[in-house]
This record gives sequence, structure tokens and C-alpha cells, in this order.
Amino acid sequence: MSPLPLKNLREIPQGMYTMIDRRLLVHFDWTLLGITLLISAIGLINLYSTTSGMETSGSPFYLKQMIWLLIGLIFMIIIAFIEYRIYSDFAYGIYFITFLLLMAVMVYGIITSGAQRWVRIGWVSFQPSEFIKISLIVVLAKFFQRPPSREGYSLKQLPIPFLLLIVPIILILKQPDLGTAVILLLVFFSVLLFVKVRWSSLLTIVVGGGAIVPFLWRFLKEYQKRRILTFFNPEMDPLGAGYHLIQSKIAVGSGGILGKGFMKGTQSKLGFLPEQQTDFIFSAFGEEWGLIGCFILLALYLTLILWGLRIAVQSKDRFSAILSFGVVAMLFWHIFINIGMVLGMLPVVGIPLPLLSYGGSFMLSTLIGIGLLLNVSMRRYLF
Amino acid sequence: MTELNTQRMEELKERYRYFVAFVLGAFFLLLIWLWYLQVLKGSEYRRLSENNRIRIRESPADRGMLLDRKGRILAANRPSFEAYVVAEDLKANPEALKKIGEILNLPVETLRERVQDQKRRAPFRPVKIKSDIDWDELAKLEFNRVHLPGLIVDVRPRRSYPYGSLAAHLIGYLGEVDENELRQIKDSSYRMGSLIGKYGVECRWENDLKGMDGGRQVEVDAWGREVKPLNSIKPFPGNNVILTIDLDLQKVAEEAFQGKMGGLVAMDLKTGRILTMVSKPDFDPDLFARTITPEEWKDLIENPHHPLQNRVLQGQYPPGSVFKIVTAIAGLESGIITPNTQFTCTGLFHYGNRDFRCWKEGGHGTLSLHRAIVESCDIFFYQVGLKIGVDRIAQYANELGLGRLTGISLPHEKPGTVPSSSWKKKRFGVPWYSGETLSVAVGQGYINTTPLQQLMLIATVANGGRILLPQVVERVENIYGDVLKEYPPIEIGRANISEKTLQIVREALLGVVNEPGGTGWACNLKTIKVAGKTGTAQVVKLPPNFKRGDMARLPPKFRDHGWFVAYAPFEDPQIAVAVLVEHGGFGAVAAAPIAKKVMERFFNLEPSPTQKPKGDSAGDVYDD
Repeated sequence: MSPLPLKNLREIPQGMYTMIDRRLLVHFDWTLLGITLLISAIGLINLYSTTSGMETSGSPFYLKQMIWLLIGLIFMIIIAFIEYRIYSDFAYGIYFITFLLLMAVMVYGIITSGAQRWVRIGWVSFQPSEFIKISLIVVLAKFFQRPPSREGYSLKQLPIPFLLLIVPIILILKQPDLGTAVILLLVFFSVLLFVKVRWSSLLTIVVGGGAIVPFLWRFLKEYQKRRILTFFNPEMDPLGAGYHLIQSKIAVGSGGILGKGFMKGTQSKLGFLPEQQTDFIFSAFGEEWGLIGCFILLALYLTLILWGLRIAVQSKDRFSAILSFGVVAMLFWHIFINIGMVLGMLPVVGIPLPLLSYGGSFMLSTLIGIGLLLNVSMRRYLF
Repeated sequence: MTELNTQRMEELKERYRYFVAFVLGAFFLLLIWLWYLQVLKGSEYRRLSENNRIRIRESPADRGMLLDRKGRILAANRPSFEAYVVAEDLKANPEALKKIGEILNLPVETLRERVQDQKRRAPFRPVKIKSDIDWDELAKLEFNRVHLPGLIVDVRPRRSYPYGSLAAHLIGYLGEVDENELRQIKDSSYRMGSLIGKYGVECRWENDLKGMDGGRQVEVDAWGREVKPLNSIKPFPGNNVILTIDLDLQKVAEEAFQGKMGGLVAMDLKTGRILTMVSKPDFDPDLFARTITPEEWKDLIENPHHPLQNRVLQGQYPPGSVFKIVTAIAGLESGIITPNTQFTCTGLFHYGNRDFRCWKEGGHGTLSLHRAIVESCDIFFYQVGLKIGVDRIAQYANELGLGRLTGISLPHEKPGTVPSSSWKKKRFGVPWYSGETLSVAVGQGYINTTPLQQLMLIATVANGGRILLPQVVERVENIYGDVLKEYPPIEIGRANISEKTLQIVREALLGVVNEPGGTGWACNLKTIKVAGKTGTAQVVKLPPNFKRGDMARLPPKFRDHGWFVAYAPFEDPQIAVAVLVEHGGFGAVAAAPIAKKVMERFFNLEPSPTQKPKGDSAGDVYDD
């Protein structure tokens, strides 16, 4: 391909995929970037404190997390500057590739603590289930970009999105990774509410789903039933989930108003918290920073969510609106369920907290999501 | 690039404020909850966190019982008092460990090691220091309780086997779950130190037997003593597994095996259920129920007689003359011999540049198939084998279930070996020599079978070619007696052998036990017609001039293995038995009397002395 004859900037053909227009930089969403960096910084500091006493193989958690953060930020910027119409064009391809990776987990997956969630490509191992969240959002945005009739989508128009949801959910439940499956489900229904589905159809889905549950319940073995009940009521398992939960509540509660202070959390230092660097990171945070710290963190998260919602409603076209809404829904459910679980308000589902929990794949998927938000945000005045 | 759709954007914006309201509400809820935990209950949680007051006390479930087919208990649980210490609490009084050591007669160094050894243990998790403490120790511990912070005495269920080593290989044993198993099991209810079935039925039916462990959270004081129970869950006992074996029959069989090595297995021919399974030498499963010591484990592992191995399905031996059943069937089915085909036995058969002998010096004379089986003539079968060739023998051996797993639901079953020309080519890279066919035709040489496969062979012949799955468990019941699982008889295949052939063979097997000159007289019953076949498996190659009668003078480890397989009654077969006595010498002498005792018990007959065989071969040496 011969180099383009550059006469003047305005003559650069529209349709160059990755052209950085000067106007893009003018409209770059510095607020969103700022909030993201701020929360990430809190996350790193907190991780440093929480894991300082832990023995690890290789580099300490906070260092690895910092590297993941940097890689994630690079991904975020790249994702932000690729015109999102490309994502629309390749939506099904993106979904398909992620899906193949998810299948690979079934076959080549690495088993850690009883679950098969990881695949290794070259020297990196990662969790494809993290990326299917983003892919599902992209593919749903693509599907719903054609507007429905005045009353909204009817049930007859929904088999394809349902299929796009159910198949990865089955694969993810097989791993088993209940948390991610729940997130996919919630993001899906949030998007349905956003794009407007007929109330009668929604009602059918809810009633139909509700009717199937007792039917399926009868097929479960006694111990499976118990496991599910324990999931909803951890106190049924005082040795496992219930013990973790009470220790988590003690951690948060003992933080009081002001917290025990940086590096001074005893619950996390003595190893009472399960998964303290991932799913239960917030209880370590609450222990050290107290109500005031939690309030500030929640305020930042809230700003992130509301800002994202604004981006969604101000976007220029249906695709980018649904895309950014989907990302916001994903972030919101992660934050709400994780903190709710740690506080004993919601069932114990293994869901990490965006930008705070340790984990490379999750860091990447979160920042890719925020990259999409940045992308939509700075292009709402263009085209 | 396609243009993106901008139609009806206003619809998407309509519900913006509802979403905002929802998000605000959700965050408000989180804040309220935080306020409740950190402000309202803050001081309480702070107190709990400062002293790490919440502890876990486990209460493991009673493991399901193992019962025999008539409901008699083969494995159950008994209470055991166990002493634990919490390492963190010991810091309050370092002298405590010494005192505990004195009471329990344990050197304080061992205790210290054991406590510090548990690196990957969760904080404040009790470490077991002694199980089965006796009343005396218990009384002393309780008396000194106040001065011994960090000590916990708890009663836990322990596996017990009321009949000791009876049917030990079938029942199996328990052991602490290892890291490998922990990684593989998706069930989170196993923790480091949990017991799990490692062998036998205890292993295969682990999921049924295990039950649901319970436990409780307790608040303790600064001395580690329970102050307040917080939350508890009762353990739920595991399900009972009803085995197919019969305790009485098992006892008789084990007694008959007293002082011998080998294996015995008997099957109900109507259902395929295993009635008794003996493997000797055996082990005491109780060693494993309390944690086995490294020395005891080493003894078991390094014992040259492999007591942990279930010989019935893991021991592979040449089938000896029992295999003549297969050679006979192969000959008849392929049409190469008929019941009237005759060969002459002079006691010596010259083939290639080697002499092959018959077990009977001087030979059997000229005889046909029926008498050849009855008297177990080797030279007859050498000649049959040569005519039909090794590959056809292998084909019928496979047809009768040899050379592959029987499918019994017990771990580590071995498939045995059925040699053929292609097998040898693959294994050793050299062609088959027809001289080797001679050995195979009488069940020596490369061929190997397990006692269970030999049982399947005789059972299939008795059942007219029907192959039943050998099963060791009849059903699984919960503690209320509701049947959760049933294992009905399963026909897993049908040997492609004509009824005519089988009938000829069965008549001959009847003759083995009942006709003059038959080698199986030691299993003759007065009122019930038994059909069977003896066999002797060579352990070492004997010099050509070696007289079979000299066997008793050999050191035991070079003596032959004795085989006997049988079924009864002849008219309506109900039970089949396979017996192997390692280094027992002739099957007729070593194995057949054991089978007889089992048969007598099964048919509720009075035990009778072994009958002297009728007829001319009334010496005390028979069989090949």
C-alpha cells in the first residue's frame, strides 16, 4: 500500500479507521480518565496494605497489579481511539473469538482450586470469561441498534440475544464461575430495560423463568440443594461461607468511623479474610479506612456510574448508546454486588470489585470497558 | 463502514432518570448498611476483631455404614475422644504444652513439632494432637482444664470395623485427603485433614458414605474457652451402603484361607452379585481409621506379600488347566474337534526340539474331549491347541471375558493378558512360535488372568453365555431406610458360543467333580451336583526330570499356584466360585477343598470331610 499523498489535514478520507482527529483530543473525557485513575490509585494503595503480610510466589501483588494497570491503561487508550463504528462492524466476530477462547477453557483450561477458568496462550494465562462480558455488550449493542416498533421489542424478536447470552452462561457455569454468570445475566436484563422491551414480554420472561425454577429444583440432589441454599444463606455453613462472612463483617465493622489506618487492619493481616486480595478486598479497605474512607470510595464509584450513564444518553447513535449503557451496567452490578456481599447484604457470589480487586484479566476487562466509554464520550460531537 | 442508526434516540433517553434514581438508591442502601456495621455495631465488631474471638468447631458427620446383604454391620462408627490445641492460645501459657504432653504421654518436642508443622492452617484452627484418649487421660485433662489454655477435647466419630480384617480389601480403607485430591474434588466440603475413602467400597461409594459435615461458630474468651455459641449446623450422617456379600459365607471362606495366601470370589449366578471376596494376606482397616503411623504404612507397603493388594482383581496369574475350558470351546466352536475327536497321551509329547509332559506320568492313553477335561490331560490339549492356533484361542478367551476389565466397581482392577500373535509382535517385536501355543493351550506361558476373570469365565459357561456384571453393592439407603440407589442385575454381554458346545463342556466339568478319575473330587458334595475345573499355575520352570510329587519339597515361593473354579447345582446354577491359593501346589489339593466349604455353607449342608476320589487314579497326586 502506497503512502497517502498528504495535502492537507482536511482531505484525509473519512473512513480511515484509527485516525486521530484533533477534535477528538479537544473532546477527550478527562473527567472520566481522572476518576478512573483516582480509584485505581486507591486500589493500588489498598492492595499494598492488604497483601503486605502475605507470602507470594514471585513479585508482590501490588507490583503485579501495577503492571496490569499500565497494560490496561494502554489497552484503554487504544480502545478509546479506534472509531467505535468498527466495533459495530466486527461485533459478531469479536463475540465469536471470545467465545472460542471460552470453549478453549473447557478443553485446555487450567484447574485452580476446583475451578477451570484459565487458559494459557504463550506466557500469559487469562480468564476468557472476563472478556465475554465486553463481547456480549458489543454484540447486544449491535443487535439492538435497529429500533423496535413503538411498543418495544417483543418476545419473538429476542431469541438471538437470548442465545448469545445462554450459551456462554452455560460454559461459565460449568467452570464453575457463578459470579460472572450472574453479571452476564444482570447486564443482559439491564440492556433489555434500556432498549425497551414490551412490558408483556418482560413479564413473560420473569414469570416463565420463575416457573422453571421449582421444576428444576426437583431434579437437584440433596447436597446440591443445600449448596444453593447456603449460597443464599451463608449462615447455613458456619464453617465455610458463613465463617468468611462473619469475619468480613467483623473487618468492616471494626473499622468504625475513622478506620484502623493504613497498614493497620488486623483481620486482613492475620488471614481471617478469605480472598482478601480479590473478592473481599472491600472488607480490608473498610477495616483500614472506616466509614469516611468507604464514603469517599462510594462517592467516586457513584460519580463514575452517573458519568457513564450521561455518556450513554448523550451519545449520537443507538449503537454507542447501548454500548456505553452496557458497560455502565456491568460496572454498576460489579460494584453493588461485591460491596453488598462483603457487607452481608447480598448472597456470597464471587464477584470482584472494579479497579480495587487484584486480577489481571478483570483489570483489563474493566479498563477496556472504560475505554469504550471514553470512546463514545469524545465522539458524541463528531460525524 | 456502515452508517450507524440514529433513529428514535429520544426513546433511549426517556428512562434516564429512572436509572439514575435506581443507582442512587442502590448506593444509598450500601451506605446505610455501612453505617449500621461501622457505627451502630462498630464497637462490638471491634471487640470481636481485637481478640479474634470467633472460632470454628468442626463436627464431622457420621460416615454411612457398610452392611452385608442381610443387614449385618461390617463398618460403622464409634465415638473417640480427641485432644486438640490452638497454637495461638498456647502463647498465654507456654507451660501448658508441657503439661498436656505429660498427661498424654507424648514428648513435648513431638507436640511442638506437630503444632508448628501446620503452616498452611487457617489462624486459630485447632491441631489434633492425640485421638482415642482413654478415660484416665480424659479425666486428668478435664481436671486441669483451667490451667491449659488452648486445649480442646472433643468427641468425634471414628470408623470402626467390628470384624477386623474381614473382607478388608472389599471394604477398603480411609485416609487423609491429599493435596492432589483436594485440587481435583470440586466439592468444597473437604478440608486439609478430612478423611476420604482411599480403597475398596469406601473409595468408590465415597459420595454416598460421606454425609454432610456440621460445625459451629463459637465465641471464646481470652483463654480460648467457649463463652457463647453463635451459629451452628448439625452434621447429617452419610448413607448406608448395603453390600452383596454374605457375612457367614465370608467368614467360612476366610477361615478356610487361614494361613494361606491367595484369593477367593463367589458370585450369585442369577444376579451377578458377589457373595464373598477374600484376599490374603490382608490388613487391618482400623489402622487407617486412626491416622496410620509412617512405620505402619511402611510395613504394609514394603511387605513382599503385598497385603494391600486385592488379589481377586489385582493379582494376575496364569490360569493353568482352568484355561482348558477355553481351549475346548475354541476347538469345538471352530469345528476343528468334535466330542469324538481322540488323541493319545503317552505322558510325553515331542514338539520342535522339546519334550512337553503331561502331569500324569505314563500318560492317559487314548481319550476324547470329555475324559480329557475330566482327567485334565495336558497332551490332549497340546494337540488341540496346535490345531486351532493361538489366535483362535485368544478370540474365544476374549469372548469369555479374559484379557479385559470385568467392570466391577472397585478401584485398580487389572485386565490380565491374553496373548496372540499380533500381541506378541507388538509387545516384543518378534513373531509367535507355535511351541508357545502349547503352553497357552493349557493356560501357561504369557497368559494371565485375575481370579475375578476366572470366576466370570465359569459363570459365563454356567449361565449359557450370559455375561453378568459383577456387582458388590446391592443398594444405598439413607439413615431412615429409604432406598436411594439400587443396583439391579445387568447383563453386559453374551458370549458368542453355541449352547451345544457349552453343554458338552458343562457335562465334562460335572465329570471333573463326580466321575471316577476326575481331578475335582475334593469339591464333591453328596446331595448337590457340582461342576468345576482344577488348575495349577507354574511359578517357575521346573527341570525336565522333576517329579510333580516333589512339589512339597520345594521352598514355598517356588511352589505352583493352585486354582479351582466351580458352579452348582449343575441343573440350575446358583453359585459360582473361583479360588486361587498362591504357592499351594495342585489346585485339586489346595483350592478345591476351600471351594467345597463355601459351597456347603451356601447350600446349608453339614460340613463333611473331603471325599476320596473314586476310580483308578486314586493316588494323592492329581491335576496337571
